[in-house]
Amino acid sequence: MATFASNPLYARRRRVDVVSKVLAYAATAFGLGWLVLILGILVVNGIGGLTLDVFTHDTPPPGSAGGLLNAIVGSLLMTVLAVAIGTPVGVLAGTYMAEYGRHDKLASVVRFINDILLSAPSIVIGLFVYQIMVAPIGHFSGYAGAVSLAVLVIPVVVRTTEDMLMLVPDTMREAAASIGLPRAHMIVRIAYRAARAGIVTGVLLAVARVSGETAPLLFTALNNQFFSVNMNAPMPSLPVVIFQFALSPYEEWQQLAWTGALIITVTVLALSILARSLTARK
Amino acid sequence: MDTATAPSAPANPPTNPPTNPMVLHAAVGTDGLAEKVTIRDLEFFYGESRALKGISLPLYANKATAFIGPSGCGKSTLLRILNRMYDLYPNQRATGQVLFDGENLLDAGQDINLLRARIGMVFQKPTPFPMSIYENIAFGIRLYEKLPRAEMDARVERALRRAALWDEVKDKLAASGLSLSGGQQQRLCIARTVSVKPEVILFDEPCSALDPISTAKIEELIDEMKKDYTIVIVTHNMQQAARVSDFTAFMYLGELIEFDATANLFTTPRDKRTQAYITGRFG
Repeated sequence: MATFASNPLYARRRRVDVVSKVLAYAATAFGLGWLVLILGILVVNGIGGLTLDVFTHDTPPPGSAGGLLNAIVGSLLMTVLAVAIGTPVGVLAGTYMAEYGRHDKLASVVRFINDILLSAPSIVIGLFVYQIMVAPIGHFSGYAGAVSLAVLVIPVVVRTTEDMLMLVPDTMREAAASIGLPRAHMIVRIAYRAARAGIVTGVLLAVARVSGETAPLLFTALNNQFFSVNMNAPMPSLPVVIFQFALSPYEEWQQLAWTGALIITVTVLALSILARSLTARK
Repeated sequence: MDTATAPSAPANPPTNPPTNPMVLHAAVGTDGLAEKVTIRDLEFFYGESRALKGISLPLYANKATAFIGPSGCGKSTLLRILNRMYDLYPNQRATGQVLFDGENLLDAGQDINLLRARIGMVFQKPTPFPMSIYENIAFGIRLYEKLPRAEMDARVERALRRAALWDEVKDKLAASGLSLSGGQQQRLCIARTVSVKPEVILFDEPCSALDPISTAKIEELIDEMKKDYTIVIVTHNMQQAARVSDFTAFMYLGELIEFDATANLFTTPRDKRTQAYITGRFG
């Protein structure tokens, strides 16, 4: 024992182990520290303005009190529509790549393009939708905002759907085929069921991703200081309101921006926790 | 009893003409046996590489036939041709004939899904579907029959009894199939296969992931199932082949070396390679 512990190679390995551990913990603490700091500052600055008025009043003119109702509703409407457009497209494309196109060149091309789309700057997507929708139609609209968000939803859903379906073992597909189940039925009734939690998680993460996006909405939905559910007109959203209010000189607006940021962060956090618990559960 | 729209065997299944006697070494016990499946001059290709070379072999009705041989000899490949599982993958093709009740199942016009309902398969790894125990069985039945609830319950029970699983799961039919132990999952898969009323059941190393007690249960089951089905089993375990099969085919490097009644093949093999394999000198 004593001879083994005094072996210089062993002693060196132990030192390396200790150093690596310290470095790993330090890196974790560094990352977590910033997260805690961000959350802490958000809570400290945002919680004061978090009253019922925030959810019952629209964004105020400068110098008076108000809330974020119109922005919250606008964000909800555009996010829901974006998910409604992006989810079917994303799931079907992911299904093609994982189930039908495994040996096709086309699938690798689609995967490559999807990965580019996944990391495309969102402001580029905003400009793109501006060019194909806002400019020809002649005005900003909630529809355009939803489409630009949908373009951000699609690659996330495509990727998670493909990844989750690839996790379904081929033996499961063979077992389904072995009782005479045609392929399309196998996908819908066996593979989707096996991958459901993962696919839902992907959609939730996509919602989390787009709910904080500002840049694409600046070029598409713009903003609206009044309450509006008309998707064919300019529409307010939380991120754009935060952007506008945070840069303003008015104290009430700045307070609302903090509160809005807190609301978005808590929502995204809740979605992530929900997504995590879905995949954790068997 | 059967209002089944499911495929079922005709009363007198046509017997396939006998296989080329050159490769049929079986000396005893084939009189009066019907060839449920007859494999003739079968070749199989993974892309360019030839995995099976001129296989000819009968599979007798209501008998268990074992395919044995060292890894890579082509026994699983041969098994997966019988229900055309290879069709799921590109660049795999088979030539020759596999006569199933007189019809070549390699023909392009075959309804593969119907064929797979008639020739069921149990896999190496248990593969319950991600649904309840009850649904795992009912799911397959619903593909071919529309049954009222009570009748469906009876069919599910019958399938689970057939797989000797009923007593262990009757109080938790709504539990997930994945909650069962490995051996139970494998019997659930057998019940699922049986529920579709196949005529032939293919077992692809069904016990290689199981403990000895579960293995014994499955072997007992296979023995019992011969009454109603034609059984084909691929196994790495020679004792298992000796225990459960009536006929054994020894394969090596994509060729069928010897086919005989199991009792003969394990006691008086004709080929040196067979002898070397069953005595454990290679493989």
